[in-house]
Amino acid sequence: MENSANDKILILSRISKSFGKNEVLKDINLEVNKGETVTILGKSGTGKSVILKCIIGLLYPDSGSVEVFAKNISELNETELKDVRKKIGFLFQSGALYDSMVVRDNLEFPLLRSGKHVDGMKMTEKVEEVLNSVGLITAIDKMPSELSGGMRKRIALARTLILDPLIILYDEPTTGLDPVTSREISELIIKMQEKYDVTSVVVTHDMQCTKLVSSRIVLLKDGVLCKEGTYDELEKSNDEFVKGFFESNI
Amino acid sequence: MSTLEGITNAIRMETAVKTKKIWIPESSAELFLRVAGLTVFGYRFFKEVFSPPYEIKETLRQCYSIGYKSLSLIGVTGFIIGLTLTLQSIPTLSKFGAQSLVPSMVALALILEIGPVITALIFAGKIGSGIGAEIGSMRVTEQVDAMEVSGTNPFKYLVVTRVAATTIMLPLLVIYADVIGLFGGYLASSFTSDTSIKLFFINAFSSITLKDLLPSLIKTFFFGYAVGVVGCYEGYNATKGTERVGIAANTAVVISSLLVIIIDMINVQIMTIIF
Repeated sequence: MENSANDKILILSRISKSFGKNEVLKDINLEVNKGETVTILGKSGTGKSVILKCIIGLLYPDSGSVEVFAKNISELNETELKDVRKKIGFLFQSGALYDSMVVRDNLEFPLLRSGKHVDGMKMTEKVEEVLNSVGLITAIDKMPSELSGGMRKRIALARTLILDPLIILYDEPTTGLDPVTSREISELIIKMQEKYDVTSVVVTHDMQCTKLVSSRIVLLKDGVLCKEGTYDELEKSNDEFVKGFFESNI
Repeated sequence: MSTLEGITNAIRMETAVKTKKIWIPESSAELFLRVAGLTVFGYRFFKEVFSPPYEIKETLRQCYSIGYKSLSLIGVTGFIIGLTLTLQSIPTLSKFGAQSLVPSMVALALILEIGPVITALIFAGKIGSGIGAEIGSMRVTEQVDAMEVSGTNPFKYLVVTRVAATTIMLPLLVIYADVIGLFGGYLASSFTSDTSIKLFFINAFSSITLKDLLPSLIKTFFFGYAVGVVGCYEGYNATKGTERVGIAANTAVVISSLLVIIIDMINVQIMTIIF
């Protein structure tokens, strides 16, 4: 299907990023269309998470540009960046729940600071709605330390959803989880995409998750996006690097 | 500081240095960058503390956490120092027939030097390391990044609130330690004489003027600010894994303790000129 320029809500143009002498990203080009779920596959330490952090402005590329909703992230001032970030959710690899706050406070925290001026009653409704979406309403008054790894990921996803983002960036959403919980998280990602109609960029090396959630996959090798296609297309590839990912799933 | 506490701290610091659990500059350039980084960080506090949004609720929570929860440790230490100081002073002053000067001497020593410095050093050990470890652990577990992407200024929420709390609470804790220390002094004095508590306190404050009190109080604000800024700076810049959290906490204690002594020295010089 042909996509118009307006459908491209995320455009990475020739971005490069180095840490000291280590060149992590080299001339990366990536376009993500509205409603799409793009998965970035690659070995550990190849800069997949760096791409996500460049998209949300936690890191800035050394060269090239990151355009989100037609705005160049590097050129935004603090207020403009804050406005763009309100439309982007970020699910951190560790969940990154605030461990000094109960689940309710963790979820209310971004709402209170978003400037959306939600009153107490509506805030409680919103918190309960997203917790119901991830199936963890019973954990509302628990501390993060009382939750299992899978539960923490679900709560983190609920916190990501609470500001109604248009794009969600998932940084290794199933890492460290058992296969059953990983599948539950993957199914939850699909459910959230259908329910909230969000565009997603998923960084992972979990092929089961990749197969379930992706509408398109890009492969990162030595800092370069080397292959692109659907799961079925890449599964048939004869490229040794690509085959390495799919064979590990057998 | 008691001898035992001094020895314990020295051993702890030496062990930390040997096992590389503390930051040690490997070159003068690294030291310069660290000092510059800390200075810019400290300056940013003043830049952000007066600009909205004001995190009043979090600042009050930090004041409670930093101040109220330190009361027992500071109280016990202050009491023991007042008691010991008096017990050790009585025989010496008695030799010169100056036992009546004990309350004044204890009060001067406590209020001018021992109270503020010892309280600040204990505060650096308890609160400085706690802040370094807490923010450091938030940094390495990406909680600071999570705050940033959710539209919150983490510097304001984590750093400004804590530095404000340490700057406000340390002077109050010093006053509290001084009062408890004087009670300790009275108790020690009552072992050897029949001095009433009223007379003890009248004697104690008879030789203290505003010129003594003011510099002593002013320096405690700087002590509190230094402990807060160093703890936050070490934690905020803790990266590369959980090991850095421990290093941040240790380094926060060492640098803030050192700063307390340096500020005390500078304060004496400046106040001597002013007053």
